Order: sequence, then C-alpha cells, then structure tokens
Amino acid sequence: MFPPLPGFAGFGLGLRKEHYRDFLETPVPVDFVEVISENFMVDGGQPRHILRQVRERHPVALHGVSMSVGSIDDPDIRYLRRLRALVDEIEPLFVSDHLSWSRIGRFNSHDLLPVPYTREALDIVCRHIDAAQEALGRAMLFENPSVYLRHEEQDMNEWEFLATMAQRTGCGLLLDVNNVYVSSCNLGWDADAFLSGIPADRVRQIHLAGHTKTDELLIDTHDKPVCGDVWALYRDALALFGPIATMIERDDDIPPLPALLKELDIARGMARRPRSSEAA
Amino acid sequence: MTLAAVQQRMRERLTRSGPDDHHATQTPGYRIYRNHYRAQLVHCLETSYPMLSGWLGPDEFLQAAIQYIDDHPPHAWTLDAYGATFQSTLQDRYPHNPDIHELAWIEWSLSESFVAMDAPTSSPGLLGELDWEAVRLRLAPSVRLCKATTNAMALWHAWNSAAALPESEMLATAGGLIIWREDFICRLKQLDAIEHAALLLLHDDSRFAGLCAALVEHLGETPGVRRAGELLAGWLHMGIVHCEC
Repeated sequence: MFPPLPGFAGFGLGLRKEHYRDFLETPVPVDFVEVISENFMVDGGQPRHILRQVRERHPVALHGVSMSVGSIDDPDIRYLRRLRALVDEIEPLFVSDHLSWSRIGRFNSHDLLPVPYTREALDIVCRHIDAAQEALGRAMLFENPSVYLRHEEQDMNEWEFLATMAQRTGCGLLLDVNNVYVSSCNLGWDADAFLSGIPADRVRQIHLAGHTKTDELLIDTHDKPVCGDVWALYRDALALFGPIATMIERDDDIPPLPALLKELDIARGMARRPRSSEAA
Repeated sequence: MTLAAVQQRMRERLTRSGPDDHHATQTPGYRIYRNHYRAQLVHCLETSYPMLSGWLGPDEFLQAAIQYIDDHPPHAWTLDAYGATFQSTLQDRYPHNPDIHELAWIEWSLSESFVAMDAPTSSPGLLGELDWEAVRLRLAPSVRLCKATTNAMALWHAWNSAAALPESEMLATAGGLIIWREDFICRLKQLDAIEHAALLLLHDDSRFAGLCAALVEHLGETPGVRRAGELLAGWLHMGIVHCEC
C-alpha cells in the first residue's frame, strides 16, 4: 500500500482550451490547475507542449475519465502505461479518476456508468485500484460519480462502498460536492449522511460544478455556475474535512476566465469562514 | 446478478439501435445514459469532421453518423480515436464521390498529425556532410500520405479560409496528398505522382540509393538523380524527412 497523499489546501481551476492563452501569457491567481489526463496522453505536438509550459507555472492535477476501475475487465495496460509516462513527466499534485465503469469486452461507452454497490463489485474495484496504483507507482484519488439510476443489486450505499474502498486500497477520495447533490436528489438519499459517511482523513480534493435541472432529474452538465445548494453543501464539507484542495469544473458554455476566478473566490471566502453565509 | 451480467445488460441497452420499448430503459435515468452515449458520439464525429459535417448538411451528416455508430460501437481507450474508420461508412453511403472520401481523409489525417510524435529535423545544409551509403531517410511521424484524384485540397483550403468553395472536380492527372506538422501547425500539400510515389517508397526502402534508382527508372539517369536531390532538399526543408546515419 502506498503512503497517504499529503494534504494541499489550495484553490484551482480546470484548464480548458478557451483559457490556454490566459494561463500562458498572464499570471493567473490559482494554486493549481487540473487537466483531463486523456487530453494529454498523446504522442506529441501542441497539447503536451502547452501542458509542459503550464506545469512550469503551476502545480498540475491529472484527472482521468477512462480508467474504468468498476469494469468487470482488468484495467487496460496500454492506457496505464501512457498515463504513467504522463505522470512521470508532469509530476502531478494528484492523479485521479472516477468510481465508475466504461468498458466491457471490446466496447467502451466513454461514459462514467454507475457501479452496483455490491460486495462482488467492491472486490473487483479494489483489485483494479491496486493494479492502477501499482502501475503508476503512487496513490490515486477516486471521485464519487453523478448517478441517474439505481441498480437493483446493492449490498451497501455509495458512501459505505467508498469508505471501504479507500480503507482497503489506501486510495484517497476526490469529493465532488455537485455529484453528491445531483445523486442525492436523483436517488433520494441524504447528502449529509454521505458527507458523514466517507472517511474524512481520505478526502484530498474537492470538485465544485454546476448542473442542469430537468423535469425528472438533475444532470451533471458542468455548464453553469455552482448553485446555492451546492455551495451550502460545500460549507458542510469544509466543516467536516477542514481545508481541502478545491477547484471549479466548467466544461461547457465556458465563460471568460475572470468569471471563474470570481467563483473560485467564493470558495476561498468560505474556506476562510466556513460557518458564515457569504455566498449562498 | 453478477457485475458482468449487469454490465453486459447495460451495454446492450445503450447500443441498441432504434426505439427501445423495454420497460427498464424507459426510466429517466436510462434515457439520460442512452442519449448521452449517442449524442457524445455524434458530437465526436462532428468535431473530427467539421468541414464534412457542414458540407453534407446537418441531416445528411447525422444519418451517416447514426449508421456509423450502429455499425461501429467505440472500443478504443480514447474517444479521440472514434472517428478513425468513419471514412468506410462515407464510402459505403457515397461510393461515387471520391471528393468526399478524400476530404474525410484530409480531416482525419490532420487530427492524427496534430498529436503525432515530435521528430528530429535535419538541416538541408547537412547534405554535403552525409555518408550517402549509410544514411537512412526517415519520414516524420506526423506525415500522412494518400492518393489524390479530386480537387479535395482546394475544397479544404477554401473552407478553412472561409472562402467560396469551388465546384468538385477530378484532377486531370492523379497525384498525392501529404499532411505533416511543422512545429505545431499542420500542413496540407498536393504532390505530383512522382513525388507521392517517392515518399511512399521511403516506407519500404529508406536508402537514398533506392530513391535514386526508382527515379532513374522513371525519368532516366541524369534527370532521375537530379530530381532525387531536389526532392530530398525540399523534404528536409519542409521537415517531413530527417536523416539517420
């Protein structure tokens, strides 16, 4: 088992193409940036060059979407080798992915599909996380997914699954507060019970994002500012977990950088005064 | 139900084409996953083939995309690779439109070249110092080559510069197309048939002597050797070939 990851209580943003110029040509007041690992797991060319330049200015967290630790199939060794090469070059602050599955056989949905929270799935997920951490030579973080349906087959709830997974593998947790909110609304469980149920000493990073409300469900679209309910849940998380690396995720309808920095300032303010009512 | 069975069932429900009336997939949650699966793949194809999606029109492109998605479920670890064989569906749907086939090749090859491995370069000034017996001519990893029979290059350049598109037409003489990356910018150039064949030859025979022999066979002794020298100087200048000793 790898040693626990050190804490890092900074504030960051996801690096997106729309803001490359800002990050390369101006000082941006963030403590770290997070990139989608797969976008830079390429052989060469401009993406890798840009990432190297950004890395010279900021700590970088690598956040993946394709590891698929919840698949019945073993992790893709070619994928892990490519990720390892990127990790070795970038020396990231964190390497993370999701508690989800995408692949079965030769099929890859390229979606973060929900894992049934069964004992069988827990054994398989833990085995795959062990293999991934071994291949990368370091502990990883795994993010709670946004979920739109409940599998009929469940032996435990999501936070029990995450807590046992972290305890057995030594991995850290990436707490996506928006996903907690979205899943709790969609599946009708208690978001506060989730926060209380995950191990505080394993949470190393927090994601904040916006979602879309439809007539039937909430969808994790990352195309809007963080809403008041999610800010309130973030405040609860800060009270439970203390200062944690926090970042805003925005993947669609991306505004100019100052708008995201302003949103990040709300998070900073809350972290300074976790029990005041600054933003909600 | 085992994890394997759960995942196999979900795969079948996600990829089933046409309307799905199974009661389990009528839940809002399943609809979100199913819609996201298909919408994401359509978006991926639109992003990989931006000119063709506009040129064919949204409805026609969507029909081609749906056919491709039904016939080719994704399997690579990266979504960026999904459109790699979309050209086969376009050839299927438009068997008599070589302009569409060549435009599809251009768009896909540009995206591949953009992230191909970085390569060393050789200065044309080094030519005088080379051991011509030992030197090997290596194509840059970003180089992509194909046969050209239409004015697809002119069509693509017009689209890329937002100019009026010319009419599609066949070339008087077939030649080749080359795509490569110069620093971080991808380039597209039309080649005559001799240069195209000479570059293809380097895949199998990287010796300068082999290049000379092929060109001598086509052009005769003196013009063949002269053309080999001119081509090599041009390739080194463009950065599509480097010399390995």
